[in-house]
Amino acid sequence: MKEINSRILLVEDEEADIELITNALQQFQMINGMDVAKDGEQALNYLFRRAEYAQRESADPVLVLLDLKMPKVNGIEVLQAMKSDSNLKTIPVVIVTSSRENPDIRTCYELGVNAYVVKPVDFREFTEAIRNVGLFWLLVNQIPKLN
Amino acid sequence: MAQNGRILLVEDDENDVELTLTALERFNLRNEVVVVNNGEEALDYLRRSGIFKLRAEGNPVVILLDLKMPKVSGLDVLRQIRSDTELKTIPVVVVTSSREEPDVKQAYALGVNAYVVKPMDFQQFLDAVSHTGLFWAIVNVPPPGLAP
Repeated sequence: MKEINSRILLVEDEEADIELITNALQQFQMINGMDVAKDGEQALNYLFRRAEYAQRESADPVLVLLDLKMPKVNGIEVLQAMKSDSNLKTIPVVIVTSSRENPDIRTCYELGVNAYVVKPVDFREFTEAIRNVGLFWLLVNQIPKLN
Repeated sequence: MAQNGRILLVEDDENDVELTLTALERFNLRNEVVVVNNGEEALDYLRRSGIFKLRAEGNPVVILLDLKMPKVSGLDVLRQIRSDTELKTIPVVVVTSSREEPDVKQAYALGVNAYVVKPMDFQQFLDAVSHTGLFWAIVNVPPPGLAP
């Protein structure tokens, strides 16, 4: 498996889910750093280094965990913007959402999402799922070298 | 979670097929695994043509795809999947011994979902492939309209 050197971007508006996801990943020391954006607009500013992130110096994330239902700009719009940008399109985007509605799932795949995870309602199952997301996406998956 | 969709394994090396199947059994995955040995057979399977003309309908929940294979290479298979309206949303995970940057870049440029480099070490191979199987067979939700 790869060296652990990974900064991830979590795009999530629910405080409880932010905490759960952070804990699930930190517990296994799978991240060096995580940045959190609370809505799609903030995520886009972060990714495109605009507004409050115009001076961001950190490298681009190796993984984006993206909620769908959020205020201002929703997850599907963030996904669309990322996958149509030549620099950002190779960053793996994993949807983490409570929606298991077929139109959402289909749209995300058509836009080129890398994976789609439905948040389990059960706390322990949720933690397990996120742990597996971390094991695969941070330790096993290989991405192109960042520019 | 807990789906039991079919996994399509495209791999020409018999040892790697065996190792992969062993790794996938580790978490008691109940998914059926269909093994094909080259890119041409993979496309026949997906398009239900050639020797797979009579197979039941439905796409796999994930394709584990080797790159270096006789006849049609993995990247060609990936390219054809992504340009076929019936097949283009199927999750494709490249599983290869190539960690060459041009291969990684090209696979992502063609729209691969994920890229796994086969570790040389036996135990690490089992770990990598079993976690790959667990994520793609159980945690990931595939596009709608696939075979149950």
